[in-house]
Amino acid sequence: MSDHEYTPSSKFGKWFNDRLPLLTLANHLTDYPTPKNLNYWWTFGGILTFCLITQIVTGLVLAMHYIAHADMAFSSVEHIMRDVNYGWLLRYVHANGASMFFLAVYIHIFRSLFYGSYKSPREIIWILGIIIYLLMMAAAFMGYVLPWGQMSFWGATVITNLFSAIPLVGESITTWLWGGYSVDNPTLTRFFTLHYLIPFLILGLVVLHIWALHVPGNNNPVGIDIKKPSKDTVPFHPYIVIKDAFALLMFCIVFALFVFYQPNILGHADNYIEADPLVTPAHIVPEWYLLPFYAILRSVPDKLMGVVAMLSAILILAALPWLDTSKVRSAVFRPLFRQFYWILVADVLILGYVGAMPAEGLYLLIARVATAYYFAHFLIILPVLGWKEKTTPLPLSITEPVLGGTPNLAAARSDEKIEKTIK
Amino acid sequence: MSDQKDEKKTNRRDFLFTATAAAGAVGVGAAVWPLVDQMNPDASVKALASTEVDVSSMQPGQSLTVLWRGKPVFIKRRTEDEIKKARTVDINDLKHPEKDEDRAKNPEWLVMLGICTHLGCVPLTDKGDYDGWFCPCHGSHYDTSGRIRKGPAPTNMEIPKYEFVNTNTIKIG
Repeated sequence: MSDHEYTPSSKFGKWFNDRLPLLTLANHLTDYPTPKNLNYWWTFGGILTFCLITQIVTGLVLAMHYIAHADMAFSSVEHIMRDVNYGWLLRYVHANGASMFFLAVYIHIFRSLFYGSYKSPREIIWILGIIIYLLMMAAAFMGYVLPWGQMSFWGATVITNLFSAIPLVGESITTWLWGGYSVDNPTLTRFFTLHYLIPFLILGLVVLHIWALHVPGNNNPVGIDIKKPSKDTVPFHPYIVIKDAFALLMFCIVFALFVFYQPNILGHADNYIEADPLVTPAHIVPEWYLLPFYAILRSVPDKLMGVVAMLSAILILAALPWLDTSKVRSAVFRPLFRQFYWILVADVLILGYVGAMPAEGLYLLIARVATAYYFAHFLIILPVLGWKEKTTPLPLSITEPVLGGTPNLAAARSDEKIEKTIK
Repeated sequence: MSDQKDEKKTNRRDFLFTATAAAGAVGVGAAVWPLVDQMNPDASVKALASTEVDVSSMQPGQSLTVLWRGKPVFIKRRTEDEIKKARTVDINDLKHPEKDEDRAKNPEWLVMLGICTHLGCVPLTDKGDYDGWFCPCHGSHYDTSGRIRKGPAPTNMEIPKYEFVNTNTIKIG
């Protein structure tokens, strides 16, 4: 929130703003004081907004041509690819857009993990983010079902069957989800409806996510509280806008490489075979962005416990602000945490890799070790590190390490606990 | 209730609040239920309850997969060897103990839902460590009676309700 009151310059602007303060909002967004040391890892919020809008716009036009019926869905998708003007482009942008969306969200999440952006006072931003991430997974999963190919059908079968692991009511819940005794036309039509709905729920949550962000303001690579506005901040426009725009441009180059040169590399050839309830493909794997969780599911030999482990792997993130007991946010000043952070990154990549491999022999062993480590990171390492780790001294302001000299004490953080940590 | 204490005394207004909330909750529940229940199997889905299959051309060792309620059903005419294997297993060694006699009333014919009880894939016939079925999704092995022997599946493959209408026809459902 800007500290000054905003008054529109024009008479009409003032008249309008008194009745609906949209101009005040616009002014807040342009003047919004942003830490001047934000690096490119902070541009992924804007990139994610772009991804969401791209998915909504391309999805809207695809829905004008797609037919949500078990007998026609597969051929309507082929119709989009072959007959509809630019249909191939719209579908490839939408399909690869989902992957780009997840690529960006994983970078965004891991940026948060590195710089401690989830810590007080930003817990609500973080939890809203986790809810958005869960909804993204639901939307992506249901979207993948719509082309009604073999992977669509069997992916839907496997995922909906996860609910059958629930004791007593599991069977009834799966039947209810399916609208029948197996994945069939009623399942397809409801998935289409929900796939259309969820992006708008995400949009609403994104508004809350940004709103909650604008209360304390951005975290920054140094991870200290800063006075806003001050020497440590720059206005969002034009400084951050132009930086975000440049990053978005770079991101779009990667996006375009996939869309125009390798549009199917992230998909599975099996999904170009129409769904057949009598034949399961030899090797079922979810989309790449769900692989780490799939590996966790398969690493547990018990059906119910496998499902519980997979869900816990996601939900444990919501408890992260309280599991990480360290008062220092940024990993820059946490030498031990920094090492464990990179081990976690490697661990998740390993889980992703074994998730794509058959669940047997050495792969299964690796998946089990990696799963155990994943939980240990959050439940043991993070709480203990907060106690034991000796952090390096925090600067008193963003400007201090650059300009040196006497720190601007007014801009220094007031949190006494952190002051103690420094000593 | 302690009517004596002034601050704890329930008055008419409290009663009205509670009654309104209760009536409101019932009303909302009644309004929401159709929205929830519409997702359950509809009449047309339930109507496709049974399927008749002609098995006259099947030789011992052959198997057939038919669709019943959108699900695959395996019909296997078992060989002597397969029946022997299924019936000589020590019941206590099984993860989900069931006698083959109870699963296949007519020992030559095994009729079961061709759905892996783990996460619903269709297992491959005559595969796996027990020469029965093998699920390619997450590696569950079933024996010649469709019983789970190895892998993540919690139970044996399900036996649907079926009967021999005559010697050549099986009615499932």
